[in-house]
Amino acid sequence: MGAVVTSGRVLVLAGGLSHERDVSLRSGRRVSEAMRSAGLEIEERDVDAALLPTLSDEPPACVVPMLHGETGEDGAIREVLELLDVPYVGSRPADCRTAFDKPVAKTIVRRAGVNTPEWYCLPHETFRELGANAVMVALVAKLGLPLMVKPARSGSALGCTVVHDAAELPAAMVNAFAYGSVALLEQFIDGDEVAVPVIDDGSGPRALPAVAIKPDGGVYDYTARYTAGSTQFVVPAQLTSEATAEVARVALAAHEALGLRDLSRSDLIVDRDGVVWFLEVNVAPGFTETSTVPLSLQAAGLDLGKVLASLVDAATSR
Amino acid sequence: MTEISPSSSTRLDNYVDRYAARTKGMTASEIRALFAVASRPEVVSLAGGMPNISGLPLDVVSHAISELITNDGPTAMQYGSGQGTPELREQICDIMRLEGIEAHPDDVVVTVGSQQAVDLVTRIFIDPGDVVLCEAPSYVGALGVFRAYEADVVHIEMDEHGLVPEALEQAIVATQASGHTIKFLYTIPNFHNPAGVTLSAERRPEILRICRAADILILEDNPYGLLGFDGAPHRALRADEAEGVIYLGSFSKTFAPGFRVGWALAPHAVREKLVLAQESATLCPPAFSQMAISAYLKNHDWQGQIKQFREMYRERRDAMVGALTDLMPPSCRWNVPDGGFYVWLTLPPGIDAKAMLPRAVTARVAYVPGTAFFADGFGSGSIRLSFCYPTPERIREGVRRLAGVLEQELELRETFGSLPQTHGLAERRGYDGPSTDMT
Repeated sequence: MGAVVTSGRVLVLAGGLSHERDVSLRSGRRVSEAMRSAGLEIEERDVDAALLPTLSDEPPACVVPMLHGETGEDGAIREVLELLDVPYVGSRPADCRTAFDKPVAKTIVRRAGVNTPEWYCLPHETFRELGANAVMVALVAKLGLPLMVKPARSGSALGCTVVHDAAELPAAMVNAFAYGSVALLEQFIDGDEVAVPVIDDGSGPRALPAVAIKPDGGVYDYTARYTAGSTQFVVPAQLTSEATAEVARVALAAHEALGLRDLSRSDLIVDRDGVVWFLEVNVAPGFTETSTVPLSLQAAGLDLGKVLASLVDAATSR
Repeated sequence: MTEISPSSSTRLDNYVDRYAARTKGMTASEIRALFAVASRPEVVSLAGGMPNISGLPLDVVSHAISELITNDGPTAMQYGSGQGTPELREQICDIMRLEGIEAHPDDVVVTVGSQQAVDLVTRIFIDPGDVVLCEAPSYVGALGVFRAYEADVVHIEMDEHGLVPEALEQAIVATQASGHTIKFLYTIPNFHNPAGVTLSAERRPEILRICRAADILILEDNPYGLLGFDGAPHRALRADEAEGVIYLGSFSKTFAPGFRVGWALAPHAVREKLVLAQESATLCPPAFSQMAISAYLKNHDWQGQIKQFREMYRERRDAMVGALTDLMPPSCRWNVPDGGFYVWLTLPPGIDAKAMLPRAVTARVAYVPGTAFFADGFGSGSIRLSFCYPTPERIREGVRRLAGVLEQELELRETFGSLPQTHGLAERRGYDGPSTDMT
């Protein structure tokens, strides 16, 4: 990572209309500050009806999408950037769509030889048409308890519930369906949760130090993610050398199998036997004050602003 | 084989072990995060109780402020009295006279919005574990203050005529029998936030009698009292009981919230302590705001302005009630408020207002789940709808969207059965209020 070469205005997109707007605004602010420190000219901007005219009339040198949740991570906004030939940091639209859809991403990553917890993915209609009780009984019988219920497409643990008792399952399903029409039910893996960023500034993807996540309440939910002090982060994660190598391999394998570009963060579990399980990957990982990617960069001895500037350079030279 | 890399551990908060115990619940919440979306223009927000001040005569205000700076700038921009400016306190007495209150300006303490008055009163009366009696539901901003001072809140039943006297009596007996100390009754008698109901004239003396007999102070919060849609303002509780009532008023709804000026009218001894508490909290309420409001009251037909506000809010109330009648499923119930900003809507049985909120935000409509207005986790079957800010057309559109959301939620309930009201997001962690989106 050398000196910044990109000249001209870099547009940081943050906010949007997803359920993660608040998180996105915080990520956007931090990323903008870091890139300004690195010498880039930054404009922060929300996504609204005036965005397209701005992109057309005053095209920026590059866009850094810090939009979380739908439209940010499902590739939609990047499709628009492609349409307008505006360079941007991050993965291509089709790959975002694949990665953002947890069941699809799990399928692809499993095919690449990576462990991922057993899962079933069902829309609300299936429960309605076949009878929710019968379907839920079958799911519990197959996946066992506890199990995870998640919206198929969402972030920040919104709509996610650990179900310990079958009686809790209907409420967990309703909770997941509040965020989308399709739910993912997944075998619960007991172990250490780690986040592993992958970065590629033009010299090939490489995994950064794993961050171990130890929430006080045992569950890394929205509150644990965004309340400073409520989660202990250990970086690099205290893992055996084999597990350290394996989490890096899995994060890289997921990044490559999904065709991702520039930056991703894989969320993994290292179980009690040291087996590494892939849960999901984020194409627009958080950069808030309590997010894991900045911690990992710091542990690697990297400056956040310079890393982002190098990604901007890579994007503008594509 | 088992080499471990040198690691460092962080909680990303260097002060995590040093916060006061009462901050324990002050955590990030999914619900509060969802309100970030509600501020976008695409969303019809029926959530926040933001006064609609678009009808204010900005030229008059601008002229008054310009004159103030020209003529009294050095005083207006200087520290002032901890009790508030004498001129404004006199004007406040004139305003309170509209509700039957005869008071002396010496007994008025100007505060930073009436929200600060709630804080100051709680600060001087509440020890941890003391009980505050509140209506069920109650104002989220007051509940936040009571929580911060570690008070125990006991909710009292309301009906369409306001606080139920028999329920108040029973709660007093039960609370005292359990060995707890009741410090005051917090009540919003007019156009209640969030319930929208008004304490009937018949019940007012009854409430005063019960509290007098039990030696319980009343904290009468009356920000909406002049915003009734029909007839003269209701007679304040304080009008008939000077010693046992602390009355709170505000310019936030009758003028503009940005000035942050409210007041407390208190018995002499209490007032002395409120002034000292005010001085330790802020030294003094903002002189500039007070003098600007004084100039506005002196030079403008402020009562005419309030009349205009009332007409505007009445039109919006009619729009909301009309849309609810036309669009909501028959199993929903709501009240028709005679003033103020709010409709309290009870959802069909089994629907959890908190769990439904993400779906509503996806549909671009926002409301405040009823749980925000209870200190004890109740209220998941209700929502508060504000009609004060959006135009009548937007209100109707918001209700239309909400009806669609409710239809989907009813389908889910049909699929998965009625859920206990404590399930779903109601059980999730996080500090849900107060914020300006909810007050």
